Amino acid sequence: MAQIKPRVKAPKSVAAGEVFTVKTLINHDMETGQRKDKNGDKIPRQIINMFEVTFNGKPVMSAKLEPSISANPYIEFEMSIQEAGDLAMTWRDDDGSVYEASNAIAIG
Amino acid sequence: MNLSRRNILAIGGAAVTVSLIPVDFAMATPEAAAEALNAFTGGAAVTDGGIDLVAPEIAENGNTVPISVSAPGAVAILVLSEGNPSPGVATFTFGEGAAGTAATRIRLAGTQNVLAVAKMADGSFVRAARAVKVTIGGCGG
Repeated sequence: MAQIKPRVKAPKSVAAGEVFTVKTLINHDMETGQRKDKNGDKIPRQIINMFEVTFNGKPVMSAKLEPSISANPYIEFEMSIQEAGDLAMTWRDDDGSVYEASNAIAIG
Repeated sequence: MNLSRRNILAIGGAAVTVSLIPVDFAMATPEAAAEALNAFTGGAAVTDGGIDLVAPEIAENGNTVPISVSAPGAVAILVLSEGNPSPGVATFTFGEGAAGTAATRIRLAGTQNVLAVAKMADGSFVRAARAVKVTIGGCGG
């Protein structure tokens, strides 16, 4: 698999209390464990099973993902903030890998 | 090897037959989805309304079906499928500052109902369901 790299689209600055949208995408096969290879052997499951978002260390949202999520999982959510800070996102892979991204968001 | 047109047609026909044999994994049923729903709610009553589930009426490709759920004031939203190999799709939990809205892309193995159940801040549960027609299933096989 190509190198796994998360992409995040979030505003650089928002008004306090304004609801804004954050869009995230990470390239990952999300192998379901249902498919079989050429020899008829099952391809073992390997998916991103957890997605977590924190703002200044406080949890904003998390998503427990199942094999029914499409390849290259796209997750979009809405939130609002009262103070400037750091929006940090974590993706957890079945194989134990952790992928991270963070965005600074200012008030203004 | 010298293949006649007739031979080629015969081989093609055999290949089609093989690919039509159903795959032998257990598919989730509405019952399995109901069980997963019960595990989430703990048997509490679930009412309709108060949650929006947006999904296409017809999805051409079951590999990526865009859905979005929105339930202002929800602490968690569970998304279930009635016809995938396993009923669970995703569970969103919301904390401080989250608007109770999420969107993602899901796989659907075939035409089926998609359910969304939200746990509200006061402990009540609300649900919404959408039927999605799938032209090409998204579970390999």
